[in-house]
Amino acid sequence: MNLLDTVLRCVATLVVFLVFPLVIGQTEHKVMAHMQGRLGPMYAGGFHGWAQLVADGVKFAQKEDIVPAGADRRIFQLAPAVSLLPYLFVLLAIPVGPNGFVGQAVDAGLFFVLAVMGVGVIGKLMAGWASANKFSLLGALRTAAQLMSYELPMVLAAASVAMAAGTLSLPGILDAWEWYWLPWQIIGAFVFFTAGLAELQRPPFDMPIADSEIIFGAYTEYTGLRFALFLLSEYVGILVVSALTAVLFLGGWHGPMSDQLGWLWMILKTFGLAFVVIWLRVTYPRLREDQLMRFAWTGLIPLALVQLALTGIIKVAIS
Amino acid sequence: MSFPGVGLAKGLAVTLRTMTKKSVTAQYPDVQPVLPPRSRGVIALLEENCTVCMLCARECPDWCIYIDSHKETLPAAEPNARARTRNVLDRFAIDFSLCMYCGICIEVCPFDALFWSPEFEYAETDIHELTHERDKLREWMWTVPAPPALDPAAEDPKEIATARKAADKLAAAAAAAVASATEEKGDDA
Repeated sequence: MNLLDTVLRCVATLVVFLVFPLVIGQTEHKVMAHMQGRLGPMYAGGFHGWAQLVADGVKFAQKEDIVPAGADRRIFQLAPAVSLLPYLFVLLAIPVGPNGFVGQAVDAGLFFVLAVMGVGVIGKLMAGWASANKFSLLGALRTAAQLMSYELPMVLAAASVAMAAGTLSLPGILDAWEWYWLPWQIIGAFVFFTAGLAELQRPPFDMPIADSEIIFGAYTEYTGLRFALFLLSEYVGILVVSALTAVLFLGGWHGPMSDQLGWLWMILKTFGLAFVVIWLRVTYPRLREDQLMRFAWTGLIPLALVQLALTGIIKVAIS
Repeated sequence: MSFPGVGLAKGLAVTLRTMTKKSVTAQYPDVQPVLPPRSRGVIALLEENCTVCMLCARECPDWCIYIDSHKETLPAAEPNARARTRNVLDRFAIDFSLCMYCGICIEVCPFDALFWSPEFEYAETDIHELTHERDKLREWMWTVPAPPALDPAAEDPKEIATARKAADKLAAAAAAAVASATEEKGDDA
């Protein structure tokens, strides 16, 4: 029984891991197209191009898997997996509904999630270094620099929530959640979401893969399925960051009739945030590298510290 | 008074508003485009009107019209009349791989034998196929639309303007005649 339960949870997480990113990707196709006055894919699958990403996947699978002659073969081939798998483990720990509706409730869930998400960046660094290509290396180093500057505000913002809830467990945080956390933690939400975007290297924070200057950054030498895995990791990343923001700052499963419909609220909030991610991508141009750094160190980190102080003061005042 | 971030919010509003509007993409192979009047798709030949005057071929800037003809002698209509000759069209072809759709041939044709048709779907995989011979050019005639109506405030076409001028002159003359007749009658009385 216990084994069956475990297997069921793992399979459910895997299904979410494989399906939701495709839904987000298709949404991005369509939303981006309509925001630019276009229609987007219309043919694949018959109805409004719903199968476009499936077709893309088939195309990627057919392509030759090339490893450059000068590349560090083993590392080069391993990098997409290192970049993709951490997000799967993170998904396992994100609570979807109340009463144990979660892949695996981890006691130090917040700590686990933030730590594991950082590993994904190692995959990109590996890819850039092993490609033996100057553009890949530049992209990878930019990735590393970006991670260094944006991990800090992200952790600080998350720490503020953990402080407010008095626990590091994600379901525990949600159990402690009250509606007034929404205005209370609003600065933290902004910092966390923005830093998450930067961590995913989504526009407008896509300096590491700036295609007009360094081709495609760390992914320049990749083809076929391995390239597709990198793309998939980007979309799973959107899912994970949106879900985490929803859990930490928007109250996750909380909403009317949360006992039965908690999972629905969680999914709605996640997809709402994913829409915002796409919306930001369409709207804003890419930041320059120095602007990116200045924004993190002089914008987000002070804001995160202010939030931390605010949380501390109000927490003491309440108790 | 402007707050920081107003520009960013405006940007978001622009994209969101665009999303709710109808997109401009034309679904071409599925939905035929609505072409404006006088669209220049292909040139049609009404060969019944052609007298082989060769004006079109001579005026064509890139010489893409090929015409062959021979003369035919018609027997004299009356015993004392001289036998007439007539041009017979043997070949009329337009090479649409050369044509630049200037429409000079259509402008210059004195006998209304050439017309614009809005049809544009005649792409070929071989460039030689783009030379349309007279039968194909004749077929395009069925796709030529009726001339579009004049604009509300436009001048009358030349034919109608001339005819109206003549009619007005006649009417004026008639009115003057009637007027002078009644005047004479008045003098009598």
